[in-house]
Amino acid sequence: MNLSQFQAFVGVESTPVKNEVEKGAIRKFADAIGDSNPIYRDEEYAKKTRYGKIIAPPTFSRTFDYGELPGFSVKRDGLIHGEQHFEYFRPIYAGEVLYCSTRLADVYEKKGKLGRMIFLVYEQKGTDEEGKTVFIAWSNVIYRAQEGGFRP
Amino acid sequence: MRPFQPGDPIGPLVKPPVTKTQLVMYSGASGDFNPIHTVDEYAKEAGLGGVIAHGMLTMAFVGQMMTDTIGVEGDLRTFGIRFTGMVRPGDIITCEGKVTEIRIEGKKQAVSCEVWASTQNGDKVAIGRAKYTVPLK
Repeated sequence: MNLSQFQAFVGVESTPVKNEVEKGAIRKFADAIGDSNPIYRDEEYAKKTRYGKIIAPPTFSRTFDYGELPGFSVKRDGLIHGEQHFEYFRPIYAGEVLYCSTRLADVYEKKGKLGRMIFLVYEQKGTDEEGKTVFIAWSNVIYRAQEGGFRP
Repeated sequence: MRPFQPGDPIGPLVKPPVTKTQLVMYSGASGDFNPIHTVDEYAKEAGLGGVIAHGMLTMAFVGQMMTDTIGVEGDLRTFGIRFTGMVRPGDIITCEGKVTEIRIEGKKQAVSCEVWASTQNGDKVAIGRAKYTVPLK
């Protein structure tokens, strides 16, 4: 895809996907990143905190299913994760249900070390069952030209 | 604990060396199965010289430093990272930060800070900012 083909998808959003926040998934994630904090795995400990429940680590929301942008497909091989930002409105709790969606928020082109590159900005959102936003995340992804793909 | 002050250091959090097993575990836990993180031959063909760690693994390390710093009484409000270098198996990542600004919001301190992560060679692999609130005692 070239710049204008990408730009045609700016503003396109996925249908929200229901995600169940499993305590086992939180523990596995905490194990993988080597964080032994009991708030991610010990229910008895968590009960005594102001949360009352196991919560998820700050970057755990990356594990959710956000759905697909209709009609949009880009080869993941050519993508480089450039930046990641989170805004948190409250913690994510084990056992709750979140509805997660993604939107292509922006597409732009920049000259970098490797020539011209296309930047894709995705905005991802998690909403609880009451319709309240729990977090918003922005991923800035760099699209590298592939053979037969985009050429500057 | 005394209140945070501008210039206060955050961390350091020194993580054990990144292992290939950890990259497989993180792929499974995160659902990011891009083979550049787990299959050496694939990563070599992609011109990376071997598997590289997920950027989000490095960010998770910095996230751990933040939650260790804030404790269960505080709340992380914003957290942003720019990935500036590659992390490979064997690398020892050190996360650090510095408080840049303090504001009082009612009975809470709102703390802004710069954060970064570097390898044992001193190469910065992630640079960012975070904002959190902690109760004033």
